[in-house]
Amino acid sequence: MKVEITVNGGQLATDVEDRMLLVHYVRDVAGLTATNVGCDTSSCGACTVLLDGESVKSCTLLAVQADGHDVTTVEGLASADGQLHPVQQAFREQHGLQCGFCTPGMVMAIVSLLRENPHPTEEQVRSGLEGNLCRCTGYHNIVRAALAAAGPAHPRGQDEDRPGGGVAP
Amino acid sequence: MIPAPFSYYRALSVDEALDLAAEHGEEAKFLAGGHSLLPLMKLRLALPEVVIDIGRLADLSHIRDAGDHITLGALTRHHDLEHSGLLARELPLLACAAGQVGDPQIRHRGTIGGSLAHADPASDLPAVVLALDATLVARGPSGTREIAAADFFGGLFETALEPDELLTEIRVPKPAAPRWSFQKFTKRAIDWAIVGVAVQGDAVALVNMGETPLRAAAVERALADGAAPRAAAALAAEGTRASADINATRDYREHLARVLVARGLQEAHARA
Ligand SMILES: Cc1cc2nc3c(=O)[nH]c(=O)nc-3n(C[C@H](O)[C@H](O)[C@H](O)COP(=O)(O)OP(=O)(O)OC[C@H]3O[C@@H](n4cnc5c(N)ncnc54)[C@H](O)[C@@H]3O)c2cc1C
Ligand code: FES
Ligand code: FES
Repeated sequence: MKVEITVNGGQLATDVEDRMLLVHYVRDVAGLTATNVGCDTSSCGACTVLLDGESVKSCTLLAVQADGHDVTTVEGLASADGQLHPVQQAFREQHGLQCGFCTPGMVMAIVSLLRENPHPTEEQVRSGLEGNLCRCTGYHNIVRAALAAAGPAHPRGQDEDRPGGGVAP
Repeated sequence: MIPAPFSYYRALSVDEALDLAAEHGEEAKFLAGGHSLLPLMKLRLALPEVVIDIGRLADLSHIRDAGDHITLGALTRHHDLEHSGLLARELPLLACAAGQVGDPQIRHRGTIGGSLAHADPASDLPAVVLALDATLVARGPSGTREIAAADFFGGLFETALEPDELLTEIRVPKPAAPRWSFQKFTKRAIDWAIVGVAVQGDAVALVNMGETPLRAAAVERALADGAAPRAAAALAAEGTRASADINATRDYREHLARVLVARGLQEAHARA
């Protein structure tokens, strides 16, 4: 089937097999190989990308399901002049990675989490990342990176009229 | 892992979905969020020749106040249930349980209709709609019918739905008593419940204590007869048929059911 998917802002129209998974579309058709396949059973989160701004596990989605939608991968976060996205910058500063295998998925999961909840508590970050596994870091620095990217919480109530405020992908 | 080849059709209306299902019969499967069906297809445990994508039926995604009950479109995602202000007020049990399904990524895709139609006894929402005495609305070639939650779950992964019937809506009466609790026992954060308990008023339903979600009838009877919550909870395993697997023996599940029902009743009472 012919699909048109906007990947990191650029539209791509291609014929794909009906059974092609979104993660294979991203890696093999769009040629963006940062997104990893880990467990391939929707458990580890390594394949997390954004679909219309929300985190999804691209190993458990068909490319045809994303037809007509927006997909963002970690390659699409930095600005054109190379300036890192605040979540990427925070990973660098807080040492949020070791081997880096989980990192693209972790970063995308955190971008989605901060969109929904711009100033989460540590507890909310930890439970918000329940779908992303890391074998190296022990999670502490990943949680620190998410909290650093969110910045200090605003006084109560100030964020109410600003859905998606805080970090802007 | 890649699913076996199939033909993909996208339904843009309920009528179109039903026509496609009638045309392809037993060979076809509806695809909603895909978070039960696609993992099975990748493992080749499900081999549909035709996949009918109903994921774009936006008119089946809604949460509405209908006076004495709430209506939920079958395509409403776990994420939307979790964050609905209306549900937080009227059906906090459902909002809470939906927020404990899998992880955020899964909740961005999975739907209540898919969860009920899939009828995994380890899933959370089937027991919740059973505790809430919900009515499920299905549409098929011969029209619309209503099925009580108590009549919907027939066996392991089996429901009252015909292959050419689409679950369209779930109607949940507004509970009379504000007392509720959801207890889910897992070893790891995103796992399915080893045992779970949904309490609403004096209704108690069990997750993963048999081939279908079950009402803890002995507990409910004891409560109706005036038993103290703790004494009633001791009857939680009566009439259940829990399986044994890598996570738990049957004895351990029965023990968990008693402990979790006691905790659930206690929490529910504290909310009164
Ligand atoms: C890693 C992982 C962890 C999970 N953890 C949990 C958990 O803790 N608790 C829990 O409850 N669930 C859990 N789930 C399952 C999740 O809730 C699924 O989203 C849900 O069970 C199925 O919903 P879906 O919309 O994805 O359905 P799909 O996968 O699209 O469909 C499932 C089945 O239902 C049928 N179907 C779907 N919609 C309809 C309809 N409207 N009418 C008729 N038939 C229909 C399909 O044909 C298919 O047979 C988990 C899933 C994964 C992958
Ligand atoms: S590869 Fe998709 S969740 Fe692990
Ligand atoms: S940094 Fe190695 S898996 Fe997370």
